[in-house]
Amino acid sequence: MTDPDRQHALDTAETVDATAAQAGAVPGLPPDEPHHAGETRSQWRDIWRQFRSHRGAMVALVLFVATILFVVVGPYLWTIDPTYVDIRARNSGFSAAHPLGTDQLGRDMLARLMAGGRVSIAVGLTAMIIAITLGSLIGVVSGYFRRLDAPLMRLTELFLALPLLPLLLLMVTLFREPLSQNFGPAMGTFILIVSAIGATSWMQAARIVRGDVLGLKEREFILAARSIGTPAHRMILRHVLPNVLSPIMVAATLGIATAIITESALSFLGLGFPPDFPTWGRLLYDAVDQMVMYPWRVILPGLFISLTVLCVNYIGDGLRDAMDPRIRGR
Amino acid sequence: MKKALVPALALMMATPALAERGSDGDLRVLYWQAASVLNPYLSTGAKDVDPASMILEPLALVADDGSLIPVLAAEIPTIENGGIAEDFASVTWRLKPGLTWSDGTPVTAADVAFTAQYCMAPDFGCAVLAEFDGIETVEAVDDLTVRIRYAAPKYPPLQAFVGGRTPILQKAQFESCLGSAGASCTDQNFGPIGTGPFRVTSFEPGNVATYEANPHYRDPAKPAFARVTIKGGGDAMAAARAVLETGEFDFAWNLQLAPDVVAPMEAAGKGKLVGSFGSMVERIELNQTDPSPALGAERSTLAHPHPFLTDPAVRRALSMAIDRPILAELAYGPAGKPTCTIVPVPETFNSGRDECLTQDIAGARALLDQAGWLPGADGIREKDGVRLHLVFQTTVNPVRQDVQSLVKQWWSEIGVETDLKTIDGTVFFGGDAGNPDSRARFLADAQMFTDAFYLPDPASFLDEFVCNRVPDQGNQWQGNNSVRFCDPAFDAMMAQLNQTGLPRDRQRIAKDMTDMLTADGHVVLPLIHRGMISAHANSLAGVTPNGWEGSLWNIADWSRAE
Repeated sequence: MTDPDRQHALDTAETVDATAAQAGAVPGLPPDEPHHAGETRSQWRDIWRQFRSHRGAMVALVLFVATILFVVVGPYLWTIDPTYVDIRARNSGFSAAHPLGTDQLGRDMLARLMAGGRVSIAVGLTAMIIAITLGSLIGVVSGYFRRLDAPLMRLTELFLALPLLPLLLLMVTLFREPLSQNFGPAMGTFILIVSAIGATSWMQAARIVRGDVLGLKEREFILAARSIGTPAHRMILRHVLPNVLSPIMVAATLGIATAIITESALSFLGLGFPPDFPTWGRLLYDAVDQMVMYPWRVILPGLFISLTVLCVNYIGDGLRDAMDPRIRGR
Repeated sequence: MKKALVPALALMMATPALAERGSDGDLRVLYWQAASVLNPYLSTGAKDVDPASMILEPLALVADDGSLIPVLAAEIPTIENGGIAEDFASVTWRLKPGLTWSDGTPVTAADVAFTAQYCMAPDFGCAVLAEFDGIETVEAVDDLTVRIRYAAPKYPPLQAFVGGRTPILQKAQFESCLGSAGASCTDQNFGPIGTGPFRVTSFEPGNVATYEANPHYRDPAKPAFARVTIKGGGDAMAAARAVLETGEFDFAWNLQLAPDVVAPMEAAGKGKLVGSFGSMVERIELNQTDPSPALGAERSTLAHPHPFLTDPAVRRALSMAIDRPILAELAYGPAGKPTCTIVPVPETFNSGRDECLTQDIAGARALLDQAGWLPGADGIREKDGVRLHLVFQTTVNPVRQDVQSLVKQWWSEIGVETDLKTIDGTVFFGGDAGNPDSRARFLADAQMFTDAFYLPDPASFLDEFVCNRVPDQGNQWQGNNSVRFCDPAFDAMMAQLNQTGLPRDRQRIAKDMTDMLTADGHVVLPLIHRGMISAHANSLAGVTPNGWEGSLWNIADWSRAE
């Protein structure tokens, strides 16, 4: 048998073994806590149990779900068009017709906050997912494979050194029009902004993940796994990735906040969504000039942004604790 | 001692007219866009021309009503006094006798002739070369007389050296800066020697300029201030606060802010706003060529007429749907008046059409119905498969975005769908040929911006709308006719205007041409006649608005009132 062939055969055997082991492993293992013996248990159930005991995370989860319901279901209940201009009702305070008042053109603030939240949360989540996927991929690969470490880290540094604004200007100039033609102005801008933010904010995550992977590689269980011939992809997916999940989670929650703020900065520069397209960031910026006279117009979108960011951070905190087996069960 | 002082103080306060040069101390001026150079021949931005206008002076200035005021000239040339030749082919200016530069040397006609030579030098790239258009020679007849000869009869003949954008430079100082050396003459461009009420003591480009009173200024009692500081930076909002609320500065320039923002500041009682109405008009241009992306490099060129904006009924309906008085009230306040013309001043050239001031949604709908544009299933009008769908672009500016939203709503009420687009101001007004978002490239159906002209006769401004000024690949997208209006009848009238000398005839032709673009043709939709709003402290006296010149045009007359 030639060497690659043998390796392949070993790989296959190992995969079969692993699949078989997984199926039987959970009931076969002795229970961590004798107290729970007899119950059917899964890892995710354990995580959920642990998560529930984190009070801050639970409050954050409830608030986050409430915010999502507000922006997703809200517009079906409160049907005023967020872009409808009613000059006679401009600058009105809290009233029955406009529960959260109107802006300087008489557009309903409640409807605008709902519509704006949809965009902001969608941008934040999507950009975060892109950044985290990219960041963890590059971090794990460069931490695990010594040969790729130097080039990938130089690439990361290159991206860190890139001036963000000129880069975004260039991306908008080059891609705004083709994207709006293919996906419509709103969806085109969404894709552009999300990929622009995602492509320029993965570097922190990549560095954190690489550092953790480097430390992990020297641990005994990795050595043990390697000594039984575990192939690289399996090592990464089964042994490395679950162990660097907590730093990734933290980076992700911080990433959502950055993405929401970056989107508002882009809108402010005219590089973001069309001006009549409300987002929380745009509502905030639009109201800054009239801040002294109508403070609520700044406070409300600001409150929503901070609340969302804070909730996501707390949920991330709770998740990290719940996923760490050393903390879990304590 | 004290008893002696009190009457002395009272006397000083009672007789401000007897003030002597420099008696009022420091003046602090805030320009939130900082000057980058003090030579108007290198930059035409108000942020550069205004600070330079304190040092450098032209032969004559334009007054608020459009008449001319002699500055360095002894009198304004006319046909009656022989200054303008009968055939309009030459102009003779006479300087005031006894003028000196701020270094004490005499001002002569040779300086005027040199300034023309300086701007018209090849490879210099003079920013105001258009003002010297048609000049064949400028010669010094004697020490105080200079004659400008044109290659052909020139209407209007008084153009170069009129207004703060074309001041007189000192020959001795700028002699080594001719041609391509001009832009690199840092000492000269940052500290020109002039005849104005002040001379520069220090200049940091992009930050601050300080001045002191010119000891050789021709009026021994002026200026009242000994030192002036022009600070740059910040934004309009901070500038308004610094004058109206905190009183840190005496004067702030160009405060384009929503009326309900500045009104409470003014109520604080520290200062007041002044508006000067020049020729600035905020307008919407309706692209006469097809910007459809399917056309590739031929987008927005005359080869492809616009699918529906070439229909006069559609353009007229779009204009009728706009409520200009509401726009002026909501977005501009004291800084704007609704208008139906792009030539609002001088009064003699204003065609006086005002039917566009009343919004008529029902009329616009009926007009579109008649023209065959009928609402489709989604309420958007269409004809022969062409939907009334517009892309409407403008620069990033909160006031403009409010106007965009309002206009979009009104257009939706008559069944026209609008997508809004905003572009950074420097990109929009940038002249780069490869820039797809510039005003001249115009890859949209409608665009909104402010334009203006600087001499009371609008001929050179109207000349921007002739066929051969349409931007295209051939001229690197540099033409001024961004709306791409091309009508042989208009071009013929332009040619006629260029051969007409009688003011009454000129006014009639210019009014007809303006109406072709606006009140009759609706190719350009004028919205707001905009003023330049400045704020000054209540203690500052003598600030007189002038729409044609910079905000500091009469700074020699400013004084401290108590």
